[in-house]
Amino acid sequence: MSTDVPTDTDQKREAYFRSNVVCIVCLLAIWAFVSFGCGILLAPWLNQWTFFGSGYPLGFWFAQQGAIYVFVILIFIYVLIMNGLDRRYSNQEPR
Amino acid sequence: MGVQGWTFLIVGLTFALYIFIAIRSRAGSTGEFYVAGKHVPPLANGMATAADWMSAASFIGMAGLISFMGADGSVYLMGWTGGYVLLALLIAPYLRKFGRYTVPDFMGARYYSQLARQVAVICAIFVSFTYVAGQMRGVGIVFSRFLEVDIELGVIIGMAIVFIYAVLGGMKGITYTQVAQYCILIFAYMVPAIFLSLMLANTAIPQIGLGGQVEDGTWLLDKLNGLQKDLGFDSYTDYHKPPIDIIAITACLMLGTAGLPHVIIRFFTVPRVRDARISAGWALVFIAILYTTAPAIAVFARTNLLETLKNQPAYAQAPEWFTKWEDSGLITWVDKNNDGQITYQTGKVFEEKKPSYAKDKDGAPLRGEHGQRLTTNQINDSPNEVYIDRDIMVLANPEIANLPNWVIALVAAGGLAAALSTAAGLLLVISSAVSHDLLKGMIRPNISEKGELRAARLAAGGAVIVAGLLGIYPPDYVAAVVAFAFGLAASSFFPAVLMGIFFKRMNRAGAISGMLVGIMFTAGYIIYFKFINTDPDANEYWLFGISPEGIGVIGMLLNFIVAIIICCITKAPPQDVQDLVDEIRAPE
Repeated sequence: MSTDVPTDTDQKREAYFRSNVVCIVCLLAIWAFVSFGCGILLAPWLNQWTFFGSGYPLGFWFAQQGAIYVFVILIFIYVLIMNGLDRRYSNQEPR
Repeated sequence: MGVQGWTFLIVGLTFALYIFIAIRSRAGSTGEFYVAGKHVPPLANGMATAADWMSAASFIGMAGLISFMGADGSVYLMGWTGGYVLLALLIAPYLRKFGRYTVPDFMGARYYSQLARQVAVICAIFVSFTYVAGQMRGVGIVFSRFLEVDIELGVIIGMAIVFIYAVLGGMKGITYTQVAQYCILIFAYMVPAIFLSLMLANTAIPQIGLGGQVEDGTWLLDKLNGLQKDLGFDSYTDYHKPPIDIIAITACLMLGTAGLPHVIIRFFTVPRVRDARISAGWALVFIAILYTTAPAIAVFARTNLLETLKNQPAYAQAPEWFTKWEDSGLITWVDKNNDGQITYQTGKVFEEKKPSYAKDKDGAPLRGEHGQRLTTNQINDSPNEVYIDRDIMVLANPEIANLPNWVIALVAAGGLAAALSTAAGLLLVISSAVSHDLLKGMIRPNISEKGELRAARLAAGGAVIVAGLLGIYPPDYVAAVVAFAFGLAASSFFPAVLMGIFFKRMNRAGAISGMLVGIMFTAGYIIYFKFINTDPDANEYWLFGISPEGIGVIGMLLNFIVAIIICCITKAPPQDVQDLVDEIRAPE
């Protein structure tokens, strides 16, 4: 992958920022899906099942527990991706 | 040792710890005062952010609120955590890269305008004072309930403690005190929750207990839904508000969280951009521990309460906590049918929101034939006889569950830690807005470093005093103005900062007009429905059925639309501002 890192500083910055935005959009789509989707709009429908092995109606579980766990995971995924991007783009400043 | 002895001991020890930390971490420069010299390790910053964020309301009030709202209470759980995803992905890393001291700093530089900076300063000060009034009040309430001192004296003690560490240490002192406060508050929150979970659901982890089984093998939530139904309440696990309103309120709380200056400013204190990202992650981990426990406490407490009251026990046989909390005004029983039995059902006990107690001419409470406190409220014809204050769920839980005295004392110390840590963070925003943005940024740009530090300390001291006064003489619309804080942050700060980072073409005219439209629309809507048209049926006239708590979302959309239109018909921002945007987007 590291071969497609452009050498020109402006282009590099742009490529870095573009990857960043793609990553943000994907993660925020999941963010919206678990909270507004599973936790609110789909909750009445999801409530017909329970979270496996427990007494949680599934929609209720998303709204009061699951969405929060997913939020935490999303931030750490973003941290990992961005640390990777930082390494790819910042250590190879043209001299 | 009695409850009071324990409380004095534990609260005294925690206060001594805060002062010790303050003396160890005095600030020597403005950089240390505003952003702790940017030396805070990410894990510590995560913990400090969590304490900063979780206020007296989160600690004392939230579980109770959810307990009475059931699934509808999810708006607070998702709203006040989901905002951290927005912070970590959209705001914190870039503002850290920008590298100055305050949010108004960013607005002023990005929109090359003193006006943008002024709007931001005014919003920051307004939002922070709104919030801090509630914290100081919280300090007073905890003192008065657990140590039986006057609320006023409690507020003054709280002021003195915050004064010492905020004025001496600035952000540096506040940060390390907040780390200690987080540890105390989370311990104090978890201990009763674990005991309750063991008692009700036979597991030590409340998050599992909430989905667990009670002794006879039925699921706890099914049991609670059954109890709710028997007494005429709505099902606990289903939504009852319209989905559009649930979505709007949740979104508004999320966006507001991501736009609140006292939260954003915490990410200025870490050494590198990547630390800002990961400390948002740590912050949410520490917050999630409390926020996933709160719904469990809500259900445990609600089940306990309904179990106790479902068979209409005679007042004479009521458990001890019932009468004890009646004495402190959190429970009221009105024997409407004169049968001496406590009837708890759905419906309002009396017309007023809060009970007002009858007193004789010496000020001693008047009691009825069973020994219950009498009220002067306007009784209605609902069969319900019991008023229960929502705050009781956390405060009274240890007693309801018969926990040892030191646990009760711990809850008092935890409530104080939550209130003081949030108050300190807010006071710092006010102080930096005054000394850095107003004084150095606008009035005397060439003030010396020493002069600015002295001004920052003075401003922090002044803010403590104003906050204390607001706590002693609370304006009776505190609850209503909290909607303001989130609505304003969502409709002004969040879009302006977001567009400043991700929309390079956004210029001064666009951003300012967007902010003004967003603020005016949101403030107008909230003022109209909270203060002018207070008719309970006014929700028929709500725009799209959205309550004032959620209207900030529409304000934000208007802000975006206006800003983009105005920006497209006016000149692009100057080259140096565009370079600034490139700079904050670039890797370190």
